[in-house]
Amino acid sequence: MSTTPTPGQSDAAPQLGTARVKRGMAEMLKGGVIMDVVTPEQAKIAEDAGAVAVMALERVPADIRKDGGVARMSDPDMIDGIIDAVSIPVMAKARIGHFVEAQVLQALGVDYVDESEVLTPADETHHIDKWAFTVPFVCGATNLGEALRRIAEGAAMIRSKGEAGTGNVVEATRHMRQIRADIRRLATLDESELFLAAKNLQAPYEIVKEVAATGKLPVVLFTAGGLATPADAAMMMQLGAEGVFVGSGIFKSGDPAKRAAAIVKATTFHDDPDVIAKVSRGLGEPMVGINIDTLPESERYAGRGW
Amino acid sequence: MTVPEPARAVVPEPARAVSPVTVGVFALQGDVREHLAMLEASGARAVPVRRPAELDAVEGLVIPGGESTAMWKLASAFDLFEPVRKRIADGMPAYGSCAGMIMLADRVLDAVPGQETFGGIAMTVRRNAFGRQIDSFEGPIAFDGLDGEDGAEDADSAGTAGTLHGVFIRAPWVEEVGPAVRVTARVTAGPGTGRIVAVRQGALMATSFHPELTRDPRVHGLFVRLVRAAR
Repeated sequence: MSTTPTPGQSDAAPQLGTARVKRGMAEMLKGGVIMDVVTPEQAKIAEDAGAVAVMALERVPADIRKDGGVARMSDPDMIDGIIDAVSIPVMAKARIGHFVEAQVLQALGVDYVDESEVLTPADETHHIDKWAFTVPFVCGATNLGEALRRIAEGAAMIRSKGEAGTGNVVEATRHMRQIRADIRRLATLDESELFLAAKNLQAPYEIVKEVAATGKLPVVLFTAGGLATPADAAMMMQLGAEGVFVGSGIFKSGDPAKRAAAIVKATTFHDDPDVIAKVSRGLGEPMVGINIDTLPESERYAGRGW
Repeated sequence: MTVPEPARAVVPEPARAVSPVTVGVFALQGDVREHLAMLEASGARAVPVRRPAELDAVEGLVIPGGESTAMWKLASAFDLFEPVRKRIADGMPAYGSCAGMIMLADRVLDAVPGQETFGGIAMTVRRNAFGRQIDSFEGPIAFDGLDGEDGAEDADSAGTAGTLHGVFIRAPWVEEVGPAVRVTARVTAGPGTGRIVAVRQGALMATSFHPELTRDPRVHGLFVRLVRAAR
């Protein structure tokens, strides 16, 4: 028996691109893994491994480091190919401040834009005004002030920056601990102290007040930058990440399909060492890592953006 | 004539008269926390479910929003898929939002090859039917049976129509339903007008949209009443 409900007063026009549908999209990715892919074939492998989304880019960060030069938005043909290849959401990277790359990505129908320090910044002063878009944005942050500035500009999701393309999780650890510690500190302050806190964080007072009251960011917090193993992913989750981005760590390893599936499982069961031990067996070679202190300042991506 | 007792500490009992129902949220991936909070606000004891033993302890199950492909892969890998399918087939009340609606559908269109669902509701659901994220939207929805006093008793009546705020994110819709399925909401404005976005079949319910992303607990309240009635 199918009955049609009375329409009632429900004929108001639907609203697109609201803060709620942008932030809500990120809520749906929680507990999941988002994987960097450079071809439709890699995107299929990621989907088959249980990724909740893929990040389309022309070179993974490890190759951007190796090749040098200016790193830009991907070729639209490649993004189309990846969108056609998978049924899960497709994200893509735009350069910091490059609002036209973001307009192109929105026109291509990507589901999320990553305004990313991994690409070469296009504006040394301004990030993209993300409120001007229907498509939601994720941005990197190294501390709470940076995260709140991005949210003030319209970011609907935050990730740690880490140090992409190194296979070294130490910077992601630093940024996750920093953001979480900054939030805890804020939550201990008296209301009269929040004005100075906003000044010190260089972030709008209203958002600072909200974080102090709720003890969390108003958007989802993921981790990114240098994760290479299931244990790396699980550690970030235990440090308070709500989900994980893995870049070079999968397709620069010996057995990408197996490693991808293992990282997905370790993210879900991040608090169960028996599961992490089990999925960590027989994964083949991890990507070769880079020690951060051997990187010259100009090759550290986390310093891009402010 | 009886004299009223002096005001001793009389604890109001209605809330304690029945022990709260225990409702699980399928917690391998997705917006689990929001569903847990909504269930608690509706008077249930809400617990995350990632393992078969945790499933055994619940009287009803919510399947959250998220990615249905990831939920399927993870449930299969961790031996949760068959136990959930069996509990639902055996009559456990279940409610799915968005990806959860897909997981409760007997048939899915635009699925990945080999994709399996728990099933239970005799319907065909199309994944991402409203489009990509740039097509995601929110707006009012007329929902039938929302404010019924007892979810189980009015299951076969017309119920009362209430308006609620629908949040649709890369949302599926229902292409067709079997005779046992009651359609409880359709889209009333915009490009998807007329599409089925909420259904109920016995103790199973599904919505294309995400009431857990609003402050309105009535859909979860309806589900908690269904769980209580199934005791």
